[in-house]
Amino acid sequence: MRKKIAGWILWIFVLSGALIGISLYSLTLGPAQIPFKKIISLILEGRYTTELSILLDIRLPRILLGLAIGGALSLAGVILQGMFRNPLVEPYTLGISGGAAIGVCLNIVLGLNTSLGILSLPLSGFLGAILVIMLVYSLSIRKGILKVQGLLLTGVMISFISSSLIMLIMSISRQEDLHGIVFWIMGSLEEPSWLLIKSALGVSFFGLAASYLFCFDLNALALGEEEALHLGINVERTKRLLFIIASLLTGFSVSVAGIIGFVGLVVPHLMRMFVGGDHRILLISSFLCGASFLIFSDALARIIIAPMELPVGVITGILGGSLFIYALTKRQVTLGGKGA
Amino acid sequence: MLELKHLTCGYDSKFTLQDIDFKVGDKELVGIIGPNGSGKTTLLRAITRILKPRKGAVLFDEKNIWQMRFKELARQIAVVPQSFGGVDMSVEDFVLLGRTPHLKEFQFLESKRDLGIAERCMGLTDTFKLKGQLISEISGGERQLALIARALVQEPRLLLLDEPTAHLDITHQVDILDLIKRLNRELGLTVIIVLHDLNLASEYCQRLILLNQGRIYKIGSPDEVLNYKIIEEVYKTVVVVEKNPISSRPYILLVSEEERQKR
Repeated sequence: MRKKIAGWILWIFVLSGALIGISLYSLTLGPAQIPFKKIISLILEGRYTTELSILLDIRLPRILLGLAIGGALSLAGVILQGMFRNPLVEPYTLGISGGAAIGVCLNIVLGLNTSLGILSLPLSGFLGAILVIMLVYSLSIRKGILKVQGLLLTGVMISFISSSLIMLIMSISRQEDLHGIVFWIMGSLEEPSWLLIKSALGVSFFGLAASYLFCFDLNALALGEEEALHLGINVERTKRLLFIIASLLTGFSVSVAGIIGFVGLVVPHLMRMFVGGDHRILLISSFLCGASFLIFSDALARIIIAPMELPVGVITGILGGSLFIYALTKRQVTLGGKGA
Repeated sequence: MLELKHLTCGYDSKFTLQDIDFKVGDKELVGIIGPNGSGKTTLLRAITRILKPRKGAVLFDEKNIWQMRFKELARQIAVVPQSFGGVDMSVEDFVLLGRTPHLKEFQFLESKRDLGIAERCMGLTDTFKLKGQLISEISGGERQLALIARALVQEPRLLLLDEPTAHLDITHQVDILDLIKRLNRELGLTVIIVLHDLNLASEYCQRLILLNQGRIYKIGSPDEVLNYKIIEEVYKTVVVVEKNPISSRPYILLVSEEERQKR
């Protein structure tokens, strides 16, 4: 037991170290060469120069947003996978992102973001997400019991419908709106508004804290819903609350950073292999690893075809997908022992 | 301790159990028997608050279980399930999950006391030597013992078991049931056990509840319930009931169709 806790603390140190290391390294990357030593002297001097401005106004916000979004998406993945005992569940397969995407598209087409302010963008994305979640949830609930199979199928169908709807919106929208939608859909951590970045950070840290209230519930749910109930878990209430947390995290991420796939699927899988299935360590380690992963992917996206930039979703898709396949061939990926 | 009052319940519009009415007293060891589909497992699900009664009620210490908090119920009643979902965790972690209903809010680590209880229960069930192994990699009999250890860690007053000896060889069947009997005698644990095997039920239980088509067909001592007329009627087969020369409990012999026709 003591050994286990020591192992957990070690993992948290390692992953935090990796996160800090990757963040610092990512600060040095970009079209303007600013080596690490220079960064320290720039910060110590505190004089406002172009280089300091590049660091604090261009690179730092992306890193902070990467932390928030990467952490939030991975956390949502862990929560959803644990809750449904299904390794294929992730924010995107449940249609949460589809809902958010429709919300944001409508916002852009109707011009709400110019008339109501920038915060209306994540708000409408979040509203879309929560509406879809409520729809999916109510469609898959039978006699007060949530049917996981039905939920998954409905979620996937809603994802299809929403992507078709987005194409519909795009095909009838004006040229300048189309540009905005395409830019947003490809997924990017470039976000000029500090307000959005701060609120994204707030939401993901809130999600992390809230999910820890359910770590034992998630552990018990790994045995199955009936057994969790035998262990004194109020299964239906727990599922509803976890659902809200996960959709909050996803809805916000998608509306701020666009569609960034694979983080919510791959990171929890990898972490489960390394730290095990206990959610007391799985939640925090997935959060940290997801944050590092997205910051790293974004750094790659910025330098790979510099001075041009790739959408970060391309990197997470390729990197995450190949890592996932590698992991599958190396070791049977299991979720609580169930073959994936 | 446990009282079922004219309980009727079922899935969808079908009533699987009808008018089930019995009491289980403190420190009893009661067996539930009956043919496939007679409602044995459904009955356990009704007692553990998974299936809501349509009529009647399940009372624990005179309290309706549907008015108890989930954690409170789990501190009183522990279940050893029949099927096992299969999880990848060490036996020790698996057994420790039984402490879940005792953990306080904002408690993220098990206390020394929790660990001590887990150790003791693993000792009782002879699973301490397995504690570092993966639960998915131990044998069926050992897993059944680990499941019992997990249930004991809940420190329940009532233990429910759903066919704990299914798929086990006779050595393990006897080991498991001997253990359950010891827990019943020495720790004063009340036990309700669903058994398929009538001879095991006869040998170990003080009282038997025979279910047939969702109703109680007969309640009583093994001698009263396991008589050949009752069994032939419920199971629709020909049997011979003899007395075990050592325990003097009834035991049941089957007769094949060929032999029946020879007669």
